[in-house]
Order: sequence, then structure tokens, then C-alpha cells
Amino acid sequence: MAVAEKSAAAASAHKDEGAAEAAPVERRPTVIADDLHIVYRVNGGGRGRGSATAALSRILRRKAPAGMREVHAVKGVSFTAYRGEAIGLIGSNGSGKSTLLRAIAGLLPAERGRVYTDGQPSLLGVNAALMNDLTGERNVILGGLAMGMSRAQILERYQDIVDFSGINDKGDFISLPMRTYSSGMAARLRFSIAAAKDHDVLMIDEALATGDKKFQRRSEARIRELRQEAGTVFLVSHNNKSIRDTCDRVLWLESGELRMDGPTEEVMKAYEEFTRK
Amino acid sequence: MSDTTHGGAIATSEPPRSPDDGLSPAELAAKYGLTVSGARPSLTEYVRQLWARRHFILAFSRAKLHAQYSQAKLGQVWQVLTPLLNAAVYYFIFGLLLGGRGGMENDEYIPFLVTGVFVFTFTQTSVMSGVRSISGNLGLVRALHFPRASLPVSFSLQQLQQLLFSMIVLVVILVGLGHYPGPLWLLVVPALLLQFLFNTGLAMIMARLGSKTPDLAQLMPFVLRTWMYASGVMFPLAYMLEKANAPGWLAGVLEANPAAVYMELMRYALIDGPHHQSLDGYVWLLAAGWALVIGIGGFVYFWKAEERYGRG
Repeated sequence: MAVAEKSAAAASAHKDEGAAEAAPVERRPTVIADDLHIVYRVNGGGRGRGSATAALSRILRRKAPAGMREVHAVKGVSFTAYRGEAIGLIGSNGSGKSTLLRAIAGLLPAERGRVYTDGQPSLLGVNAALMNDLTGERNVILGGLAMGMSRAQILERYQDIVDFSGINDKGDFISLPMRTYSSGMAARLRFSIAAAKDHDVLMIDEALATGDKKFQRRSEARIRELRQEAGTVFLVSHNNKSIRDTCDRVLWLESGELRMDGPTEEVMKAYEEFTRK
Repeated sequence: MSDTTHGGAIATSEPPRSPDDGLSPAELAAKYGLTVSGARPSLTEYVRQLWARRHFILAFSRAKLHAQYSQAKLGQVWQVLTPLLNAAVYYFIFGLLLGGRGGMENDEYIPFLVTGVFVFTFTQTSVMSGVRSISGNLGLVRALHFPRASLPVSFSLQQLQQLLFSMIVLVVILVGLGHYPGPLWLLVVPALLLQFLFNTGLAMIMARLGSKTPDLAQLMPFVLRTWMYASGVMFPLAYMLEKANAPGWLAGVLEANPAAVYMELMRYALIDGPHHQSLDGYVWLLAAGWALVIGIGGFVYFWKAEERYGRG
């Protein structure tokens, strides 16, 4: 272990204890983005799924010199994140925050540039793996497996997940198909499954804490727990308060470019100035 | 410290007094053992990761299979009913209306037809779900980490389970028409395994092509239908080709095509009739050859684009 970087520890410590505990003697980088560019390629129009009208309209549309459109979502972002940091990502809608998260997680291929990571960063979220036609019970198992948990781990945490979601508070709903759930119940179950796994580098996209007040409090507490276990946390949010509460460093993205990178208060002030215009 | 270089608006979070200051991002990454996120693993590592996800692959395929009919009143009964109705339709058209049975009696033609339909459907649905396995699951691909080959493998596995349900129907039909189980029936196991390997490889090839060109989902039904008629699903190939005065090489090509090969194996194993008494040894060789070439080739082909599947 090398010399202690007091300033680094201090920077992460002034917000909350969790980060302070994790702040190491040496500043170990966990995520390095090096001139990262992400480009989406979009086929004009929606994707027909075999229905006759969709197929026909595709053929008709093909006559026009249509084709691929490119959306340059992230333009040359570079930063280094260190162990123990909680980093907020802010910016207006469509500024590339979620795209950047996905690129860090290695889920979206980079057009140019690179992201280096320590371990496997993971997005908190499991929605895409769940199936509405299956029972809540089977979805817990499927979701857990999709996140890379072993069968044994899932069985061990199964009861916790169900209890945390509160799905069974009003009767045995976990054995009903998920399509029968109210949207709040489904969101609670999804969060509970997603939050059951520990992560090295954890990335949280906004609006995760859904459901009623009681569940919101419970899920915020769970996010704090996850943060303490994780090495580095990224949080995307439009809620300035939750950024101030949880982050000690903020990256401000605007139309795909990194506009500012610094301590929370400094960046938030500039950002609030900007949004007031 | 901050590595940003955009304008003067950037604030550095801490005083830059670290020994790492002079390092480029790549050097810094190397120093602390960071790896490129989303990079393609080596082939052996990829196989290992895929094996580690076997429970997910199986659970996902079973979930898909189950979800298919979960809204229907009869529920999972449709797993058996669908192939049965399929076979009935083909019997009505090709057995009764068109009469392309090449001199087979009903008790031989019906199993011939049903086996053909089920075996071909197995490959056909694997290809179709393979085309959509990446392009239709982008949400999953962009949200979670797993070897992407899990998807086409899982969809092929779903089709294999679907086929096993169809086999129940087939066995009932076979026994009902006087074809009783014998030691030859055991050949079904290696035949199905080889076909599964072939299907999975083909599904992976189609998955990679379909991820780049989703239009394939529209085109494939026509290709597959042509393939079906060219493989002798509803009529004996040799008989039809003779009737059409087709050149010998064409007959050779069509009979060596994988769909025809796997159907021939299954029919030989299951059907006890004058037209299914013998099987040339080279058919097994062809079956194994197709399975290995397409199975392994498809896997490698799919793996080569592993890091690019998230892009829409």
C-alpha cells in the first residue's frame, strides 16, 4: 500500500460514512473512460415483426433513398473514477447519461475510445429478463439467473426478495403471473430482484425507487446498503436532492459532451444556473 | 484528478499530486490491472462463461416455452395440440388432395409425413427464433451481462423441448398404426442430438446476421418454405425427382441437404414399413458432418461479433 491520499479520502468522506469507509489508502482507479464515443445506428421507422402491413410499408419505404441514421450519443468523454467514489451523472434529457452508463458496463460497443474497468460493472435493473406471463416466483429465479447469480444463491435469498418486495403482504400474489400485478407491485418486485445482488461497480439509473412511500424508503435504504458494499457507484438522476445526498463527485453531460467534472456542490451550482436559463 | 479536456469549465476535484499523474489512460489501466469493458473474451473463456450460464439458458428456454401458451384456456395442452393439428393439415393436403405419397400405404405414409413435419419444424423454428434472438431481445442485451450466445442456444433448446412434446404425438400415431417400439428407436437419441447441434449452429449464424439485418425475419419464411419443399417433408424425394426427370446431381444435392438427412434418420429409426427397411451408412456420416461443421462453425462465427451485439 502506498502513501495515503488524504485529499481523496476527504473528498469522498464529507458526504457520507459509507464512502468514507470504502475510501482506500491508495487511490485505485476502478473505471477509466478514454475519449469514449458512442454512436447509435437507427433504421428508419419501427421494426415490423412479420405482419403483412408492416412488411408492405417497409418495401414501400425502401423506395425512398432512406436508410440508416446515426445518432452520436456520447462524444469523446474521458474521466477516471476511483474506488470509494459515488459519482452522480446529470444533464438534461437525451444528454447521453444512460448511454454512458451502458457503455461503462460494456453493454454498448464503443465507436471510438475505450472504457477500462476493474471487475464487471453492472447496471441495477433486471426488467428486460422478466416475463409477464410467468409467475412472480419463476421471475425471481429467472431474474436472478439472468444477473448471473447461482441457483443456490437465489434460493438462499428467495425469501428475502419476496419479503422485501412486499408482494405477499396482501395474500399469496407471488404465485400469480406478473401480468396480473398492478404496476406498482410489478415495479416493487423488479427492484427487489435487481437489488438482491452485490456489485463491484454499481450503476443506478434514475427513478428506481418506485412504489408507495413505505417502499420508497425501504428501497432508498437498500440502495445505500448496496453503495456501501460496492466499490464505486454511479447514479443517474434528475433529482438534484438525491444527487447531493449520495454523491461526492458529479459529471455533467450536455448533448453527449462532458461539460463539467468536479465536486458535487461546485458542479450542481453551475448546473442549476444553467437550467434556470 | 480529472482527465477531462473540454474547455475551461472543468474543475479538478482534487489537487493533482498523485504518482499516477503523468500516465495515459491506457497506462493507468494497465498499472491497476483494469480490463477493457465489453471486450470479447477468448474462445475458451467464452465457452467457460457460457457453461457457467447453463442454468440461465435452461430456465430462459423453459420460461419462453411456458409463456407461449400461458394465456390460452387449454394452456400447456397446446404444446401437444399444435403439432397434431399441423400434421392433420399436411395429411389433408398432401395425403388426400395431392397424393404425393410414392406408393406408401396410409399406415406407412402418415408416420412418414408426421415425422417429416416434426423434424423439419424443429429446424425451421430454430432458424426463425435464431434470427430474432438478438434483434428481438435488445432490451435484455443492453441491460444485462451474459455471453450473448446464451440467447440463440436458449431458443434452440426451447425448440428441442417443443419437439419432445411433439414426439409424444408421434409415438401415439406410430403405435396406433402398428409401428411398435424396437431397438431401432434408440437411434432417435443420437439423431436428435446431431440435429440439435446443427440447429443451434444455424441459429447462431442467423442470430448474428439478424442482429445486423433485422429484415431477415421477413425474408426467412420464404427461404424456409423453399427448403421444406426441396427436402421431401411430405413426399419421398427420390420418387418426386424421378417423376420430374430431374438430373442425378440435383437428386444427390437435395438428398445430402441437412434437413433431408435428419428426416431420413428419424424415419428409418421409427417407421417399420417396406419403404424404410434400409439406410445407407453415409447418411450417418452426413448427419455428423453437418452437425459438426455448422455447430462449431456457427458458434465461432457468432463469437467473432460478441462485443458488437448491443448496437441496434
